[in-house]
Amino acid sequence: MSEFEPVIGVEIHVQLSTNTKMFCGCELSFGDPPNTHTCPVCLAHPGVLPVVNEEAVRRALMIGLALGCEIAPRSIFHRKNYFYPDLPKAYQVSQFDIPICGRGEFVAIREDGSELRVGITRAHLEEDAAKLTHLGGRRAGAEESVVDFNRGGTPLVEIVTEPDLRSASDAVTFLRQLRQTLLFLGVSDCSMEEGSMRADANVSIRPVGTHEFGTKTELKNMNSFRFLERGMDAEIARQEEILRDGGRVSQETVHYEPETGHITSLRSKEESHDYRYFPEPDLVPVAPDPAWVDQLRDDLPELPLSLRRRMVDDMGLSAEDALVLTESPELVAYFMEAAALADPKACANWIRGELRAQLREAGTEPWESKVTPAHVAALVDLLAIGTVSVPAAKEVLAGMIETGDEPAAVVEAKGLAQMDESDLAGVIAAIVEANPDQAQQLRDGKDKVMGFFVGQAMKQTGGRADPQAVQKLVRELVLGS
Amino acid sequence: MALRDLTAAEQVAALAAGETTSLELVDAHLAAVEADDVEAFLAIDADGARDRARAIDALPERPPLAGVPIAIKDALSTRDIVTTSGSRMLEGFRPVYTATCVQRLEDAGAVVVGKTNMDEFAMGSSTENSAYKDTLNPWDLQRVPGGSSGGSAASVAQRQVPWSLGSDTGGSIRQPAALCGIVGMKPTYGAISRYGLIAFASSLDQVGPFARTVEDAALLLRHMVGRDPMDSTSLDWPGEITLPTATDLAGLRVGVVEELMGEGIEPGVRAAVDASLKAIEDLGATVVPVSLPSALSGLATYYVLAPAECSSNLARFDGIRYGHPVPADNLLDQYEMTRGQLFGPEVKRRIMLGTFALASGYYDQYYGRAQRVRTLIVREFEAAFQDVDLLASPTSPTVAFPLGDRTADPYAMYLADVCTIPVSLAGLPAISIPCGLSDGLPVGLQLAGPAFSENRLLDAAHALEKALAFDTRPPGLTT
Repeated sequence: MSEFEPVIGVEIHVQLSTNTKMFCGCELSFGDPPNTHTCPVCLAHPGVLPVVNEEAVRRALMIGLALGCEIAPRSIFHRKNYFYPDLPKAYQVSQFDIPICGRGEFVAIREDGSELRVGITRAHLEEDAAKLTHLGGRRAGAEESVVDFNRGGTPLVEIVTEPDLRSASDAVTFLRQLRQTLLFLGVSDCSMEEGSMRADANVSIRPVGTHEFGTKTELKNMNSFRFLERGMDAEIARQEEILRDGGRVSQETVHYEPETGHITSLRSKEESHDYRYFPEPDLVPVAPDPAWVDQLRDDLPELPLSLRRRMVDDMGLSAEDALVLTESPELVAYFMEAAALADPKACANWIRGELRAQLREAGTEPWESKVTPAHVAALVDLLAIGTVSVPAAKEVLAGMIETGDEPAAVVEAKGLAQMDESDLAGVIAAIVEANPDQAQQLRDGKDKVMGFFVGQAMKQTGGRADPQAVQKLVRELVLGS
Repeated sequence: MALRDLTAAEQVAALAAGETTSLELVDAHLAAVEADDVEAFLAIDADGARDRARAIDALPERPPLAGVPIAIKDALSTRDIVTTSGSRMLEGFRPVYTATCVQRLEDAGAVVVGKTNMDEFAMGSSTENSAYKDTLNPWDLQRVPGGSSGGSAASVAQRQVPWSLGSDTGGSIRQPAALCGIVGMKPTYGAISRYGLIAFASSLDQVGPFARTVEDAALLLRHMVGRDPMDSTSLDWPGEITLPTATDLAGLRVGVVEELMGEGIEPGVRAAVDASLKAIEDLGATVVPVSLPSALSGLATYYVLAPAECSSNLARFDGIRYGHPVPADNLLDQYEMTRGQLFGPEVKRRIMLGTFALASGYYDQYYGRAQRVRTLIVREFEAAFQDVDLLASPTSPTVAFPLGDRTADPYAMYLADVCTIPVSLAGLPAISIPCGLSDGLPVGLQLAGPAFSENRLLDAAHALEKALAFDTRPPGLTT
């Protein structure tokens, strides 16, 4: 039993997948040779000036609208000043006291179906720094450091939450669903591995029942949700240990080493920079036309939360089904197309279950496969009317994946149609006759033995028997009922 | 008449009439540029200028400024021509792009002959803060030409070029124009693109012309104004800059800023300004006293805001991507050695002032407060222009001072801009025209107007210029 309660807020940096950089016309690229997407502006040559990328503003507004944020009628850019080789101007153009998106709220759904409400403090626009690579050691110990300015100036939206999260698992639930929402908006690739989505967590703990915040530490830049969750749990445990031993948590930036599970300190916040923020005089305020903002609001795609609620309330799916199926916009579209043609719950089961399981071996996704949503719906219908058994349907699906044919054609080609009852009755009679011991067990009330008969029937019919029908026939024959 | 005595407008006319060629004009001026008796130039592009002149002479149709030579302040980026902003930090630096305003002039046919000396990163009022050399005042070679655009002002007074470009943050065009006896204009903030102007204080910096006549200043301005997609703070120019034609000032109300006519203004300057106010009345205008109560707080306000912005603007100079790093064992030492050795004392002073003014805990007290005073000054100007069309004051409280006179006393140097700074803070257009002599040295009269009143300002300055008939030729200058 823990006497402490974690308090967690997160900061998420999202690289916008615009064509060009935040303040110049250089193309965005990932993986191109270093320093091939640069110009005087993003290299901070003397005399250059920034010009705001309108598409980045549009996407920031979409994010703000999706998070229910207040949109600032007039937001301004600030300069955040510090010296580092990844920052050619020696200041980052960011937003400070008047961000483009103010307060909002994000609702996530936990696996048990309960709601997780997270206050959004703000979402603001800024530019990314260039990429530093340290050769021959880490940071101070490195022999040499090189800079790739391709990334420098990439548009970023930084989303900051209120300290509303009370566990590492909630934090990750929130982050995963926020990521889904951003993917649905189509504003970012949101790849943790490639760094187009980065999350920092501010973690503190306090005695349960108290309201004052403890001293927080900042867990930096983990490149997967899994490591982030483990890192937060490790940091919470570390802080609990400190407090239990009568110590004080010091405000600092910490790093989690996934290899060892250890938390290490990066730098103490107390000796941190004074960024000398001041309004960026080279840019005019961002004052989006209210009509444009309204248009963007109207044009937002349906977001995962709404989709999930609809799936559960109107389509009879479980909360877990809904979570899985809203993983990506592509999967939603795929499911919705199938669900419009056949029983949604059955479509959900087949898509998230057998279809994805079979496709995983090939490393592909449903919408990339030869199986169309209409074919999934047709398969669900074949099952419903009893044309195929469940085991046969799995085989049919394998055939559909291989050939792209519609299920009826695969059933035909493979001879997987269920036997009708009169043909099946003969097979069952033979099985019962050949296995008198098992028949006796059944008569003695050992129902478990029914599995044996079903197995035998399946074996002899090559899976074309309907297990329900088998059970019915066995009962009639052996028990006379 | 020697070619160098022709105004730019006269050169345009002579070219159009076929009386001369661009090459001839450029050659005549290059001779004086290369001799450089007043040390006005930091870089001379003689071969390039002659090539461009020949190319323009070969054009079947002449662009509007075809073949007229021009000098450019070294704060403006010029592709392939060394651009240092008067600093060791950029010694030998050849930009990869040309400033929008320069490009527009080149597109109109102007021929850049070279880059002019200036106070390092435009910080100073005498050009003595140049890392390279002192520029001399053509009226008295023992005296400063003013600054920070001292080289551009001196080159026009010395008739090395008929006109030039400067930049003005707190008076860096108007004050040297006054001290060198020529016309200098700072347009409305946003009128001319700043793209390619090496930033000193972004919210104040503005490019503008130097010339020997108001008409030439108008002609140059005409080809630079207008929105530039590369500068978000640049503005669409309403209409166009017209060449001034007014011969009187009938119906105009001119306010005299009381706060800028009192203490600190040299008697000789005061006398020349008073005489031109009389001339203004004689031309039919009404002259009335006007009060701008916060005008004298302008200097203090400016010396918080401009250093704050410069501390950030100059942070990019680290010798890593361009320039020359001073090598050291680690990154921090390299920053410190490079910036410590390659910035001059005035630049370092302002970076430190500005860093302090923005520091957390001091921000409200300094930067925040200065912004509020700035807003107050803007409102006072707006109120004044409810009552008058233009405001008049001395441009500089003194005439050109001797070289070395104020270098040990930064505050005395800062006072040189006391009359020009309030206008800069308000982002308004102002022109300085020579209005007389004091002990044989030129005095400048500053006329300021509301935003976008350039045409009115130029017209008034033109009428007054004709009435005053100031001879812009420095004593002893032979052309």
